[in-house]
Amino acid sequence: MSLAEPPAAPGPSPSASPGGDGSSDDAPPRPPFAQDWRRIARMGAIGAIGQIFISLSNMPVKLDGRAIIEGVLSLGYLSLVVLPLASGSRVGHQIRREGVPHHRPGAHEIIGGAACGALVGGGLSLLAVLIANFDLREPLVNWSPILADLLGFNRGTAFAVIIWLAIGAAVGAAGGLLRVVPPLARRVLWTMVLTLFGAAVLESLTTDLAEGMGIEGLIEWFYAPRGGLTITGAIALAAGSGVLAFVARGRIKGAKSRIDALEGPARNRANLGLILATAAVLVILPMFAGKLTNELLANVGLFVLLALGLNIVVGLAGILDLGYVAFFAVGSYSAAVLTAATSPKIHPELPWFVALIGVVLLTGLVGLFIGAPVIRMRGDYLAIVTLGFGEIIRLLFLSDWLSGWFGGSQGITNIPGAEIFGLATVAGTDPRSVFYLVLAFCAIAIYVSWRLERSRIGRAWMAVREDETVAEAMGINTVNVKLLAFVVGAVLGSFSGAIFSAKVGSVFPASFLILVSIVILVVVIFGGMGNIVGVVAGSAVLIGVLGGPKQPGLLAEFSEFKLLIYGALLVWMMLARPEGLIPSVRRTRELHQEEMAQDAWLRGQTEDDNGGRDATASTAATSGSTVEAARLAGESA
Amino acid sequence: MSTGASGAAGSASQDGGSGAASTAERTPLLEMRRVNAHYGAVHALRDVDLSIYQGELVCLLGGNASGKSTTLKTLLGMLTPTSGEVVLDGEVVNDRPISYRVARGITMVPENRRLFKRLTVRENLQLGAYLRKDSDGIAADMEHVYELFPRVKERLGQRAGTLSGGEQQMVAIGRALMSQPRVLLMDEPSMGLAPALVQQNFELISQIHEAGMTVFMVEQNANMALGIADRGWVLQTGRVVLDDTAEALLANPALRTSYLGGGKGASDGSSGADGTAAG
Repeated sequence: MSLAEPPAAPGPSPSASPGGDGSSDDAPPRPPFAQDWRRIARMGAIGAIGQIFISLSNMPVKLDGRAIIEGVLSLGYLSLVVLPLASGSRVGHQIRREGVPHHRPGAHEIIGGAACGALVGGGLSLLAVLIANFDLREPLVNWSPILADLLGFNRGTAFAVIIWLAIGAAVGAAGGLLRVVPPLARRVLWTMVLTLFGAAVLESLTTDLAEGMGIEGLIEWFYAPRGGLTITGAIALAAGSGVLAFVARGRIKGAKSRIDALEGPARNRANLGLILATAAVLVILPMFAGKLTNELLANVGLFVLLALGLNIVVGLAGILDLGYVAFFAVGSYSAAVLTAATSPKIHPELPWFVALIGVVLLTGLVGLFIGAPVIRMRGDYLAIVTLGFGEIIRLLFLSDWLSGWFGGSQGITNIPGAEIFGLATVAGTDPRSVFYLVLAFCAIAIYVSWRLERSRIGRAWMAVREDETVAEAMGINTVNVKLLAFVVGAVLGSFSGAIFSAKVGSVFPASFLILVSIVILVVVIFGGMGNIVGVVAGSAVLIGVLGGPKQPGLLAEFSEFKLLIYGALLVWMMLARPEGLIPSVRRTRELHQEEMAQDAWLRGQTEDDNGGRDATASTAATSGSTVEAARLAGESA
Repeated sequence: MSTGASGAAGSASQDGGSGAASTAERTPLLEMRRVNAHYGAVHALRDVDLSIYQGELVCLLGGNASGKSTTLKTLLGMLTPTSGEVVLDGEVVNDRPISYRVARGITMVPENRRLFKRLTVRENLQLGAYLRKDSDGIAADMEHVYELFPRVKERLGQRAGTLSGGEQQMVAIGRALMSQPRVLLMDEPSMGLAPALVQQNFELISQIHEAGMTVFMVEQNANMALGIADRGWVLQTGRVVLDDTAEALLANPALRTSYLGGGKGASDGSSGADGTAAG
């Protein structure tokens, strides 16, 4: 989708120049078929390739079983119309950016979108024809009659060819139409679509909650017995959400900006209110939720804890740690050794909370031990070395050499649950209590992160992240400060590990694959580096919906395509919203600095001399980095 | 900054050759004694002698790769000299870390300002005071910076990277002042700035100097620097080749021929790389 965005700078388009106004008045209206067909063709070709790729990844077939609206649309078919819609909408958007004077949205967008969508759909038609005539099952395992049947709606290849061209054109036109309708209508439409999608995706969660609250009757009306929304339910939901979006237009944003505008004690009160409300929901919700929901919440919580720890290392101190799973592993194993009677070598069988002290000390030590050599490196080298250490720790737990201590590949089993001061025992059999334990630790971690970010040491971390040399010149001992970030991150990760071992009841080296590190990093980047709320949101979306490395999410069917979707999301995120889902203001500033400098330059062009001078100065400020790069090059020569 | 109040003493050394005699009895605030420094095999500083007295504004001139920035790095402690001594207020600080020297009054304003761009102006200032623990004193010095630069106060909550070049320069100097320096090391204050801003920047430097701050400035732009400085040195391939008062240096034909290269130096402050390459 946005992958295909051409690199052409939108910058000083002809329509922006003041001279364009006079000449454009007598410009004839553009005929609707006068389009940039090359661009549409390119967009359509990229979309078609993407759509064929999705089909051959077997996503449509696998996800066909999961209905969104009963008998009308399944997730599988949805995966086939996403790209026509996105590319149609994209083409419509690009027409606006062509800079044609006095362009009025209308037929151009719809025709362009339809043409592009038809091309993408044509890709599927082509695929259907190819499957019918050639057998490429050998390299492409999903090149199957099942896919052909799905594409042809069981009515043969000719039907498939025609129907996909038609569907593509229709969906593409709808995508173009999105660019034509007024913003309010677009928002209402999007709300309806997202509500339907969300309701379908969250089916197991809502059913589970409804059972807890005793309103199954209502839920049965919305959801079909074999999964997916009923048609009446879908219509009701769409109408309801549409009306709601229409009524609430601008109000949510207004309320948010009003809260943002508050200052001092009033702002603090508003924040406190929000925090208390969130806490209340999180405490009360699990009481009504069943096992499934609580299990899910506990998993999300474990990843929130890990992501918060990594966020301190990567987000605040700017140390790209690719081996963060090491601390999760050390936390899990040390908790297991200290609490389990079955631990091979020593088994003190400490109560969980007492063992936690040992866990923190051990992980802190390991953090120091790994960090000390690593932290002196910068950038890429550091990332590679942390990657190596992450694997070394796992291989040590797996090794024969230490199997007398940690059981090698057999791991340690029968780990008792965490006993909370004799009040309750937290074990995997009772996910609700696990969730509450995780919640408590998340609260601690969030508070610690929040305080640290605003403390002297937090400022030092950010200074090191921004410019290590200058931070050093300020008298900051950069090595110590970075080491501290590494250790604090390690300890937060070890909490997650300790809860994990009590929850699962066993630890194996296979639970600490490098994939875990990567998933946590993706969560942090996806949510918004350096932002606590973003990190929590990222965990909820990625782990909760798609699932963690071994934990199923709400969309259990997605587990096969989890990594594919992670990757696609990450690429899309970096292109469209590099600051993350919920950005911290700092990141946004940095990542969009170039655009802002460009804006300043453009504004400077039209303003008087004085204004222009300031703008030149800010451009000079950004170009300073180029000079710096030249200097560094000179230094190394 | 509240400590450095003897600006008058420095300006006394301005007039002619008598300056050297009048300063000889006092101990220099910061001194380099026959310092040699290397980057690997490159001999960057050769027997450099410098002395900076309380209240002076002095400058170190030189072309590309003459060792100017190396001198600054050695003074601040980012580079350890291979021989010779760096002396701060009578104490040899060769083996002392940067934090020790910063806590005892050496502070650098890096070239190109190099603010922490994504942090707010307030956070930048607070980071300048990183080594200080006296929160009352920090608050008082914050006020002092606002007095010097009222525009900084208006921008406190803003990200430093979004300020204009002139404002960034004020924050950079303010950040340096927050550590209560006794001597301010300025690395290429004209680097990468538009001509109008270079002028403004040099005015800022004279302003804080007149308020009593000792300033040691490293510059390529000899005319601008000597216009406000008391004394100066010229560095050539790591060796001090000229050491005189500002007026004498400006009048010295050797400066014109050897360093300015026929008088083109006045406006080339923003050209390319600086002296860090050191050969």
